[in-house]
Amino acid sequence: MSADVVSRVRENPEFSKLIEKRNRYSWTLAILMLVIYYGFILLVAFDKQFLAIKIGATVTLAFPIGLGVILAAIIITGLYVLRANNVYDPMTRAIVEDAR
Amino acid sequence: MMFVRIRRALALAVLSALATVPALAAGPDVGQAQQQGTNFTAITMFVGFVIITLFITYWAAKRTRSRADFYAAGGGITGLQNGLAIAGDYMSAASFLGISALVYASGYDGLIYSIGFLVGWPIIVTLMAERLRNLGKFTFADVVSYRLAQTPLRCLAAAGTLVVVAFYLIAQMVGAGQLIKLLFGLDYNVAVVLVGVLMVLYVTFGGMLATTWVQIVKACLLLGGATLVAVLVLVQFGFDPTALFARAVEVHPRHAAIMLPGAIVANPVEAISLGLALMFGTAGLPHILMRFFTVADAKAARKSVFWATTFIGYFYILTFIIGFGAITLVATNSFYLAGGGLRGGANMAAVWLAHAVGGNLLLGFISAVAFATILAVVSGLTLAGASAVSHDLYASVFRLGRANERDELRVSKITTLVLGVVAIVLGIAFETQNIAFMVGLAFAIAASANFPVLFLSMYWRGLTTLGAVVGGWAGLLTALVLTILSPAVWVAVLHNPAPIFSHNAPALFSMPVAFIGCWLFSILDGSARARSEKELFEAQYIRSQTGIGAEGASH
Repeated sequence: MSADVVSRVRENPEFSKLIEKRNRYSWTLAILMLVIYYGFILLVAFDKQFLAIKIGATVTLAFPIGLGVILAAIIITGLYVLRANNVYDPMTRAIVEDAR
Repeated sequence: MMFVRIRRALALAVLSALATVPALAAGPDVGQAQQQGTNFTAITMFVGFVIITLFITYWAAKRTRSRADFYAAGGGITGLQNGLAIAGDYMSAASFLGISALVYASGYDGLIYSIGFLVGWPIIVTLMAERLRNLGKFTFADVVSYRLAQTPLRCLAAAGTLVVVAFYLIAQMVGAGQLIKLLFGLDYNVAVVLVGVLMVLYVTFGGMLATTWVQIVKACLLLGGATLVAVLVLVQFGFDPTALFARAVEVHPRHAAIMLPGAIVANPVEAISLGLALMFGTAGLPHILMRFFTVADAKAARKSVFWATTFIGYFYILTFIIGFGAITLVATNSFYLAGGGLRGGANMAAVWLAHAVGGNLLLGFISAVAFATILAVVSGLTLAGASAVSHDLYASVFRLGRANERDELRVSKITTLVLGVVAIVLGIAFETQNIAFMVGLAFAIAASANFPVLFLSMYWRGLTTLGAVVGGWAGLLTALVLTILSPAVWVAVLHNPAPIFSHNAPALFSMPVAFIGCWLFSILDGSARARSEKELFEAQYIRSQTGIGAEGASH
């Protein structure tokens, strides 16, 4: 990659816009996952009473919460992929075209 | 007699040579098992799997000529295929048999464990996968040495790779031997040799292409088999999971306690530390990182993570149902019980459940799937280890990037053979050792050495060679030493009365050591080289964000 291409990309205002948008979104999702997972671990460590609340004859609140963490991992991954496919990829393509 | 003595001596020699014998009971392993009667249904199905995989290898061998073919399957794997292959690489027999056994023994705790193995994937897709694909070519060392000095960074990355591969591989080999003894009624040593020979065949002849397809076939078999068992369990309860849980609570000796978290997170520090290792270790496993170079571009890389996360998450839900199914259908049937536990050992829960819901045929199928699972995982590990030696150490460090393609490929094939022999020897040497700590240690080292250096090299302009080398090695050694001093090794393996370090999971301590080491020695590094490395960050950053200049092996 030549120095020109680097400077053309850097000076393209669309590039800073892409970076800012994508960084904000990916860090939000990554931190969300951290909060969900460690929230779950802390709940397991410090508030077993809460998890023990019955939501049926035998099933406790721990079940939907645990299942929810698994689904959250899948959904967060899916949300990122959707946004990247539909928003960031077209922006990136335009920036790359401009720099050529 | 003689043989036993040699084996014992070998095990001790290996232990002291590694001087490591580290620890952290991160996980369910396949554990000790009693030999069972020869199971011909299982053997027939397994032979069928082996024949299919050998055909795949033959087909792949004809298409594997260049380095790009061998390391990255020519970059022609699609997102969905790679997602399945990642799932096939990641879901080990230990997680299938071990987690369902954990659920069988203590209910809800098994779910907490499997969640830890899943939550690293969203982090990989949001922060790592695309940049990795845009910067790398064959190994993650390509990325960390992109703007930093080749020799020290490649050596660090190769060490991080080989240590992780070694511990993971030993755990898999011992698991394979125990499992085959258990399921097929074959001798332990025969089983270990068989696994070693097959994995060497797949990798040397078929490279990444054969490895990928073996992993895809295995992932489909494992997901299909586990789905079938789970559905057959739910059929018995009219597809009402609450009826399944109610029955499990009724028959389990701990009754309602299985519906709640139990002892697994008794110590919050330990739990958080283990969580860190699992989450960030996933993002530092060399055999997983390598899979991102098999796809054409960043878009396919991110799609493959989505598919992998979906399949792995679904699989863990299945193991949970299977564990509860075993509580209701296996623990209540004296045919499956012996001496106060399960016939053949604690990890037989899923296997006996297959028998309970589907007879001998399903038992044979699930046994064959469990074995296929091990083969797929060890092949991926071996390929990652061989690439670290041939691409990072031989071609980049020893030949300073001037190795020709033929020599590099020859080195990778010789390394594969050597790794196969080492894996067989260690697998036999560790037969009776307590290996529960090994997978956990592999994750802890991946999180403490590979991940910090890889992450900072992509995200922080200020990272210099000195910082990366000091931080990376410090993280690796801290994880290793703390593991040796922990209860899982110092007490359980080395038989000392009390541990020197009281936690089995070192990541909470070793990860900060790595990050602080990287940061401190980077900011203290005032050399001219450090200045030019910081200047090179911008071009790297633009390539990592846009993919301009990325090496697409398929184009």
